[in-house]
Amino acid sequence: MYASNFNYLRAGTLAEASALLQKNPGAKVLAGGHSLIPLMKLRLASPTVVIDIGRVPELRGISLSGGALTIGALTTHAELAASAAVQDAAQALSEAAGHVGDPAVRNRGTIGGNVAHADPASDLPAVLTALGATFHITGPGGRRSVQASDFFKGMMNTAVGEHDILTTIEVPARAAGQGSAYAKFEHPASRYAVVGVAACVIVNGGTCVAASIVLCGLTSTPARAKSGEQALVGQALTRETIAAAAGKVGTDLGSDVLGDIFASAEYRAAVAPVYVRRAVEAAASRAR
Amino acid sequence: MTVRISITVNGRRFDRDVEPRQLLVHFIRDLGGFTGTKIGCDTSQCGSCTVLLDGVAMKSCTCLAVQADGSEVITIEGLAKEGQLHPLQEAFWNKHGLQCGFCTPGMIMASHELLRTNPKPTDDAIRHGLAGNLCRCTGYQNIVRAVREAATAMAK
Ligand SMILES: Cc1cc2nc3c(=O)[nH]c(=O)nc-3n(C[C@H](O)[C@H](O)[C@H](O)COP(=O)(O)OP(=O)(O)OC[C@H]3O[C@@H](n4cnc5c(N)ncnc54)[C@H](O)[C@@H]3O)c2cc1C
Ligand code: FES
Ligand code: FES
Repeated sequence: MYASNFNYLRAGTLAEASALLQKNPGAKVLAGGHSLIPLMKLRLASPTVVIDIGRVPELRGISLSGGALTIGALTTHAELAASAAVQDAAQALSEAAGHVGDPAVRNRGTIGGNVAHADPASDLPAVLTALGATFHITGPGGRRSVQASDFFKGMMNTAVGEHDILTTIEVPARAAGQGSAYAKFEHPASRYAVVGVAACVIVNGGTCVAASIVLCGLTSTPARAKSGEQALVGQALTRETIAAAAGKVGTDLGSDVLGDIFASAEYRAAVAPVYVRRAVEAAASRAR
Repeated sequence: MTVRISITVNGRRFDRDVEPRQLLVHFIRDLGGFTGTKIGCDTSQCGSCTVLLDGVAMKSCTCLAVQADGSEVITIEGLAKEGQLHPLQEAFWNKHGLQCGFCTPGMIMASHELLRTNPKPTDDAIRHGLAGNLCRCTGYQNIVRAVREAATAMAK
């Protein structure tokens, strides 16, 4: 399948990418191409200009300093999954990145493209929301930073504007007593999340002092399970308290759960508590 | 618009003017003539187009040829050396890891990636490593056996 014709421009630096994006209305940025190219092949997207940022050096690399992981937008899922720093400082992110699609997809797809595309079935938006990530963006007005809670605006709609480039993602490094995990029910063909749950807990003296639970696959943007989180805080994390908290996610999801030919909204809502329980149990077992 | 690019496929360099929309898989097949690389879907899910790009497995149907400018591609035709089949090819043959053969080039390239990153995989790891490759014929059992045999042969 061939995409519609377009002009191709390759940016060598971030400044060049930004300038090209501003000079070419209707242009789309191309990173790993694993969301954009499939859409272009099906002609669901037909940009007139494609700006390849795949070789921009400033957008690469993972570093850990000052209590935060800084991850370049072009970091691939494979690089994330293989990084010892990510595995230690952001366990759920490491786990989720290792379960994106399949090995070939992970070799090309990037964290920046994943969140900028913001497919409701994508894994990383939920994980980065649960871990309290900050997104750094360069645009016509200069640089700005957006919290995860304000980043995902709607289905495939984020704080990254038409002329913006997402440059880095900052993830707070694991605090003392913190553990996080990602549990996923994957679609057997696409391997996207039918239901995905990112959980992060902080345990102090045997008691859960903070919890975040965020789901994907069910709603147009990552869904925070507030009642589930509240039910955990102040409790010792046992099978029983975790199961009780997981049972509350239905109220958090509301009536906007998405369904498709593979899994209806009712089915997704019914299995969600199972994956919440698994994610929280795994997070609790890693809390140290 | 056309763009002048240079891609080396199985050691042969191709300098060509291409439309930006040309996919790497079409470059490999139509311009390079390496038709071992197959196209099995329009949704990036079947893996029959898997090749090595600068040594790393990827789906050549989900990459523009212009993105691969300056890179080196290895396809199934590039695995055998001096008439000697690659251990993976031998193992797929010995273990009947194929029936119609359509998925096989992609399966072998994905298996190559698996053994590059995990030279002694468990059966479970083999299945996960081949998660991006669909086979409509074999039921996968003999593919897993073939990869296991190749891993053993390559460890020697
Ligand atoms: C077969 C298959 C299975 C998959 N399975 C999963 C899965 O299980 N879970 C999952 O989460 N994802 C899955 N994906 C999606 C995959 O993770 C993609 O790699 C990712 O969504 C997009 O990253 P990319 O670098 O390929 O982005 P591209 O396709 O290059 O770009 C995607 C979008 O983001 C924009 N963009 C990219 N980078 C930037 C940037 N730095 N700044 C601003 N805008 C940018 C582009 O303009 C485009 O609109 C799958 C994809 C495929 C093909
Ligand atoms: S042709 Fe199916 S994944 Fe490339
Ligand atoms: S052998 Fe026929 S598709 Fe795999």
